[in-house]
Amino acid sequence: MSMQSLDIKRRSATTTPPPSVREPVPASVAKLIDVSKCIGCKACQSACMEWNDLRDVVGEAVGVYDNPPDLTEHSWTVMRFSEYQNPQGDLEWLIRKDGCMHCEDPGCLKACPSPGAIVQYTNGIVDFHEENCIGCGYCVTGCPFNVPRISKKDHKAYKCTLCSDRVAVGQEPACVKTCPTGAIVFGTKEDMKQHAADRIEDLKSRGFDKAGLYDPAGVGGTHVMYVLHHADQPGLYHGLPANPTISPMVALWKGIAKPLGLAAVALTALAGFFHYVRVGPNEVSEEDERRAEDMPLDDPGPDGYGRPHIPPGGGPPTPQETRHE
Amino acid sequence: MNNHEPVRGRHRLIERYSRGERTNHWIIAITFVLLALSGLALFHPAMFWLTSLFGGGPWTRILHPFVGVFMFLCFVVFAARMWRYNLMDERDRVWLKHGRDVINNREDRLPEVGRYNGGQKLLYFVLVICMIGLLLSGIVIWRQYFSFYFPIEIIRAASVIHAICGLVMICAIIVHIYAGIWVKGSVGAMVRGTVTWGWAWKHHRAWFRESRKEPLGK
Repeated sequence: MSMQSLDIKRRSATTTPPPSVREPVPASVAKLIDVSKCIGCKACQSACMEWNDLRDVVGEAVGVYDNPPDLTEHSWTVMRFSEYQNPQGDLEWLIRKDGCMHCEDPGCLKACPSPGAIVQYTNGIVDFHEENCIGCGYCVTGCPFNVPRISKKDHKAYKCTLCSDRVAVGQEPACVKTCPTGAIVFGTKEDMKQHAADRIEDLKSRGFDKAGLYDPAGVGGTHVMYVLHHADQPGLYHGLPANPTISPMVALWKGIAKPLGLAAVALTALAGFFHYVRVGPNEVSEEDERRAEDMPLDDPGPDGYGRPHIPPGGGPPTPQETRHE
Repeated sequence: MNNHEPVRGRHRLIERYSRGERTNHWIIAITFVLLALSGLALFHPAMFWLTSLFGGGPWTRILHPFVGVFMFLCFVVFAARMWRYNLMDERDRVWLKHGRDVINNREDRLPEVGRYNGGQKLLYFVLVICMIGLLLSGIVIWRQYFSFYFPIEIIRAASVIHAICGLVMICAIIVHIYAGIWVKGSVGAMVRGTVTWGWAWKHHRAWFRESRKEPLGK
């Protein structure tokens, strides 16, 4: 929902500046998910459903704890359970709350062809405005984290809003509010980084010497960050990408190809127009009509005594041609 | 000369395109315009207003691929009909090397041309390649029915290929349309089906010579 029209930093498929009369607060917000504190209770999933009033279909057990097994248009966050046997031979149960990362440089917004269907607020939240969504799925193509889902029913794209409606009125996202262990916290990005630094120090003192913050620079940082015990191997956490970036294909398609493509079309049309102005049309004269009439039915063509394949450039006409003049 | 031979003004006419070929061509032309406008609308924000012509963004997204498949099918029929006239030979290569003479209306310096000249044949193959590229990549990015069968990297590559093929095709068709405006009598060939003897003699002499050996007229 477009609730903060004065606080929009970026708008999809829009080449002019967004409303910028209001000076944005320099600080952006972030949600910090401390994977080491998560117990996998899925209270955040329930809170998300409740606040956003979404009910996914009751699915079938697929043999893992992930339920539903994937993000859907109704489930904007899903707990991902990964079993990892560490080098000491011990089992670690890594549980990551999956959902939109709210990239500072959002691939979905870059790919979206519909003006205002995706916006980024000055606080960093990336939001879909479904009333402008045309259902093309380009946001799915552009996303480095495989997050947006297109509804099979209305063909609109859906994902986590970071509870932009709650944040707009000074509340934390529903998942943060409900988390029983304090694994999810919300605040300014600076504060969240500081909080993460304290947590990482604590984790390191407990033997997780590779603990670290997941705030990938390839997408300009994210407004949803993770504290990971194995920050050197994000892939352990259900395939969290190590260096997510907007794909070079998407960058080409939605970057340089756009102005170059339109320029090529415009220049081709202009070239035609100016050719007509400078050289003029190629017309058939009465003389041509007469020569056509006079051409004998058994004219042998260029391989006989008629015109050569390539007449000498601009030279005098052959006797065959002059005969009728 | 027999009395049924078609005449326009005082010029004798020769048939260039049959009724079926003309119908087929113009169905492709109309669908192409719809596809180019809707495709550009989804390609560049500056062109998004074109979605209004199709009933808004969602309708543009819904209609574009169906119209595209329809155009492809019509194009397959047309291209198959024209295939044997568009195979390149040495004469066409020489014709293409004389590009400067072509654009300066110095046809007397060019080798004789059959039913199609080197430029027309080049356009034919550019269109064939673009149409195949557009169909295959278009299926991959057809979110509602097909995209979920393909891995994301394939979808991304298909998006780029679809855009490039579409742009090349739009530029090629602009050249094609301009050639029709430039070479007077060409539009009549595709609208009325006929050209004057002089037109055929001047632009496609080898074809004219062959045609006269067969019975003329419709």
